[in-house]
Order: sequence, then structure tokens, then C-alpha cells
Amino acid sequence: MALLEVEHLEVCFPSRDGEIRAVRDVSFTLERGERLGIVGESGAGKSVLAFSLLKLLSRPGRIVRGQVRFEGRELTPLSDRQLRRIRGNRVAMIFQDPLTTLNPVLTIGQQMIESLKAHRRIAARDARILALHKLRQLQVSSPEQRLEQYPHQLSGGLCQRVVIAIALLLDPDIIIADEPTTALDVTIQAEIIALLRQLCDKHNVGLIVISHDLGVIGQLTQRLLVMYAGRIVEQGPTREIINDAQHPYTQGLINALPQMTLPRQRLAQIPGNMPTLSRAPDGCAFHPRCRYGFTSSGQPRQDCRERVPGIIVSGDSQVACHWVQELIATAPVEEDMP
Amino acid sequence: MIMFLIRRLCQALAVMFVISVIGFAIQGGLGDPVQQMLGPTASEAESTTLRHSLGLDQPLWAQYLHFAGNAVRLNFGNSYFFHEPALSVIARYLPATLELVAASALLTLVLSVPIGVFCAIRPRSWPSKALMGLSVLGISVPVFLSAMVLIQLFSIGVQVTLFPADTQWGNWLNQLLSIEGGMPAYGRGNPVHVWGVWYTNFASLQGLVYLLLPALSLAFVMLPLFVRLIHAEMLDVLESDYVKYAKARGLRPSRIYFLHALKNTLLPVVTLGGVQIGTLVAYTLLTETVFQWPGAGLMFLDAIERADMPLIVAYLMVIGLMFVVTNTLVDLVYRLLNPRVILTRSVA
Repeated sequence: MALLEVEHLEVCFPSRDGEIRAVRDVSFTLERGERLGIVGESGAGKSVLAFSLLKLLSRPGRIVRGQVRFEGRELTPLSDRQLRRIRGNRVAMIFQDPLTTLNPVLTIGQQMIESLKAHRRIAARDARILALHKLRQLQVSSPEQRLEQYPHQLSGGLCQRVVIAIALLLDPDIIIADEPTTALDVTIQAEIIALLRQLCDKHNVGLIVISHDLGVIGQLTQRLLVMYAGRIVEQGPTREIINDAQHPYTQGLINALPQMTLPRQRLAQIPGNMPTLSRAPDGCAFHPRCRYGFTSSGQPRQDCRERVPGIIVSGDSQVACHWVQELIATAPVEEDMP
Repeated sequence: MIMFLIRRLCQALAVMFVISVIGFAIQGGLGDPVQQMLGPTASEAESTTLRHSLGLDQPLWAQYLHFAGNAVRLNFGNSYFFHEPALSVIARYLPATLELVAASALLTLVLSVPIGVFCAIRPRSWPSKALMGLSVLGISVPVFLSAMVLIQLFSIGVQVTLFPADTQWGNWLNQLLSIEGGMPAYGRGNPVHVWGVWYTNFASLQGLVYLLLPALSLAFVMLPLFVRLIHAEMLDVLESDYVKYAKARGLRPSRIYFLHALKNTLLPVVTLGGVQIGTLVAYTLLTETVFQWPGAGLMFLDAIERADMPLIVAYLMVIGLMFVVTNTLVDLVYRLLNPRVILTRSVA
């Protein structure tokens, strides 16, 4: 049994022009101590997926179908009161911008200690000692002083360390990090990535990192989900996907990365934009932008326009693409893919 | 900190100067105090003598300079009507007004915070929709109307005869909907004398009863505004990252709402609140008139009728001073609530 199992999860936001399905039929698992990445463009549904795991969706979003099981226990039917015991305690979250995540009018110490007191019967003095210990573990300088300070008095990198310290405060099983380094500058990014990696390994914490930055994901995760228009289009080992992406969308994403070896070249783009979720096209949502939307004879591929591609296994990865399916079906197994 | 206070003091002086000039400039438009004091039958010689003794025969700028020189020494001259220093007249009337303002500010605070927070937490429930609707109505209703409605309901009382009185249920319904009234709506009763100089309504039950209706009607000026402000701010704050983060940490909802969210919500509320305390003092003109509350507002209206210049100007100066003082206090309170202010100011 995996630590976290998500099956056929669907999240909807009812709106005036129909329902917006932000997450569609998403299934994945996370093992204890595993580091999983979720990548995709803005609006692909990554953050919504992350927030839906603990039912933290803002109104009017809600889970309409599917299951989230944590240690085999189904989370979707739980009440807020029951979920509160898990939130922050067993499953912690790290948000994108540390400067807006911490409450500006409460001190670092207040916010660390309240986190502890929400889940443990602990005296304020002991909580303080524990908080100091965690800050030291995260190499926060002069931790005693930090406890008395307000978030605005700390730099972004330092704030994010505090947020990570809060996440680790209660020894969670899973940390969900939504763009944990996006708001930080590059040198700090590298530090935070190294820190997260090291701490998750040390405490055997499962990590889910959401990012649109393949660089971050590549350094931090072992397994990767690629999302497009609310669906997982490809998942597999991170190295595999970055080296040999199967899905045309993933290929496009990786081609769009700047190449150090080829300076002064225009970055490759995926033509077009991601569809708005209320008006996703029929069939494969990616087909209007796809290079492989045509058969070898130049005809538009009917399947892509009409049917949502099923998930097929290709090597260590799983891909949802009609083109890949056709390739696998027609090509001899030994031969390399074009 | 000290720089801040000094800067504030300079601003205050400038404000006071402008107020005094304006107050003095409208003098000509208020009628002739000499005629008011002597009555229509006075002879020319009599009025000339009085005019001279009051200094009213000098040019306006000379009168102003004379006035300003005295004002610096807190001498606003004698009231034409009371024949005693204007400031001591105001000092006699001001406590009643201040008590009224304090009571209604307290009522506003005690009512608006829970209502505003509740409406933001449960935006879809019918009580919060009803309360928000009422608050729009409340903003539009002028204070003299709400005061008169209060008097009608709770002082005079309402006798309902809508249902047939000869049936038991009709009688019962009539009784149920009728309001007996009987609340005092005139004056401030017999305030208790405390600390030698202060007559207060707060120290006795009877005093509080007299205070209730005027304070309530004055509170209706600010209450809807504050409910709406707190509601809007709270809705904003509830969408913020730090509230989401607090939820994601599994904190209790009461702590999220009343510490994390409310403390941030109160920042603009305090700002507005401070400014509005001044406005509240100004609105006492109406409330005190309707309820015949013997405060500075009523005194001021009488002073205008009597063209009692020293009293008018002294009143304007005192009210101006109160505005400046409350605004300064607000800035200080704001620093207590918002740690970010301290940093920016102490650097500057």
C-alpha cells in the first residue's frame, strides 16, 4: 500500500458559463520517502490538484469524483474537523511566496508555536525549544532573535527556511510544496532545493513538488507527472522523462528549455496557448497545438480530435497519447523510436 | 518617533490656524451680536458703546490679530451670551458630548466587529445577507430619522391594533407586537457627580438608561459603515495566502478568523475609526438636538443662533483639536497593530 494514493480525482469549479473542470481523472501514488514532481504550464491544474488533496480548495471548488487515500484511509468524505488533524500534522504544505505565506502581523515564534500547539499538547516553553531546534536544523542564523521578528524583517530565503521549518516541525509523512522556489532568486533556490532534498531523505518524508520549472523538478524529484489542461499526460521516472520524453507536450516543454550549448538561439516554443479549462477541446486537449496531430499521409488524425487518449505504458513511463500508441503498435519493439 | 510627533504638532498648528481663520471669516454672516444682546429697542448710542467695548468697531484683520494673540494664551474671550470665558463654557458642556460619543463608539465597536466577521465567514447564510442588506439601508438613513424612529419605538411606544382584539389570538398578537416605550428621550437625567468636576452618565443605571437611546441613534451613523468595511476587508483577508496557509497547518477556525484574519482586518478599520470619531463629534449636533442632550453640540447651535462669536470660534478650535489628537492617536495605535509601520518610520 502506497503512502498516498489518488484515484480518478476530478475537481470542479461551478461558474456562470458552466463547470470548470480543473482536475480531470488524475491518478497517481506516492511512496514513503519518495520525491514526486508535478509539472505543467500555469493553469494546468497543478496547484488545484495539490490543494484538493487535503480539501483546501477555495470556494466554490470541490471534488466531484475520485478518491484520495492517505495510509489507506479515504480523505474525501472526512469533515474539516477530522482533516484538521492531518493538515500540517501528517501532511504539511509549503507555499509559493514565503513573504505572503506567513502572517505579517504575527511573529515567527508565534506562528511556529501555534502550529505545534494545534496538534500537540505541549507547554509554550517546550514548543519554543522545539521551534529553535528546527530553525537551527535549517541553518537559520541567530534563531532566538528570529522568533521575536516579524516576517517582513526577514529575507525571502530566510522566510522560506522558516516555512520549511514549520512544515517539518511536526514530523509529517508528506510535504506538499507548491512552487517552493519560484519567488526566490536563483542562488537561494539552489540552497532551498538542496535543503529540501536532504531533509526529506533524512526524515523519510514523501515530497510532492509542484513547479513549472523543469530545472527545479529535475534536481529535486525522482518521479514526475506532466499535467496539461487538468489531465496527467505523462508520468514516469524524472530522468527518463527529461532525457526521452514521449508525449508531444512534454517534448515541447523540454525543447523550450534554454540550451547552454547553443547560445544566442531563439528558444523553441510550443505554438498556441493552453485552452481555458471551461472550453477544453474534445478529444486530446493538446491536439490543436500538437505536431503529430496528422497521420503520415497528411490527414488530421481523427482519434486525437474525438477520443481522450487512454494511458499506455511505454518503457518505465505512462503516456496518454494516440500518436505514441500508434507508434508502439506499429513499430517493432527492438527498434528505436524516431 | 519624536520626529513623528513634532511633525504632527506642526500639522496640528496649521490645521488650527486654518480653522480659526475660517471661523472668524464667517462672523459677518451670522448677524449682529450687539443687536442680539440688546434687543430691537436699544438706542443707537447704547449699541455703539457696546460695540466699542466688545472691540467690534475695529477692522476685521485687527479683530483677528487680537483674537489670535489671545487664543495662543488659550483665551478665546468671553462669550457674549454667558459673560464668562468661552473655554469654560465649552468645558462645562463638552463632557456630556464626550460621554455620548464614547458610548456610541463603544456600541459601534462591540456590534460591528462580530457582525462584520460573521457576515464574512458565512457569506451565504440568510442572516448575513439580511444584515448586509440592512447595512445599506443604515448608511442611507440620516441620523435625525433614526433618532425619531427610536424615540417612537422605545420612548413613546407602539400600540398595534392590526389584529382583531376580540379574539384571543388577535389580542395576543397585538400584545406581542406592541412596544411599551417609556425609555427617556429627553436630556441626560441626573448625571452622577464624580471626581469633583465631572458629571457622568456611566456611573448609575439611570444614567445609562438616559444614555442608551441617544448613543444608539448616534451609533447608527457609523455602525453600517463599519460593518460593511469589516465585512469587505475580512473577505479580502480570508482569500489571502496566510489564511490559506493557516488552514493548511490545521489551526482551529476560531484562531484563524479571530487572530490571523481579524488582526489584519483591523488595520484599515482603525484608520477609519479614528477619523470617524471626529465625525461622530460633529454628528452630535443632530443627535443632541433631537434628544435635547445638553452637550457641546446643542450649545454650539444655540451659540450660532445668538451669533456668539467667541463661543463659536472656541468650539471650532476645540473640535479641530480633537480631530488632530484622535488622528495622531490612531497613527500610534496603528503601529501597535502593524509591525511594518515601525520599521519604515524609524528608518525615515
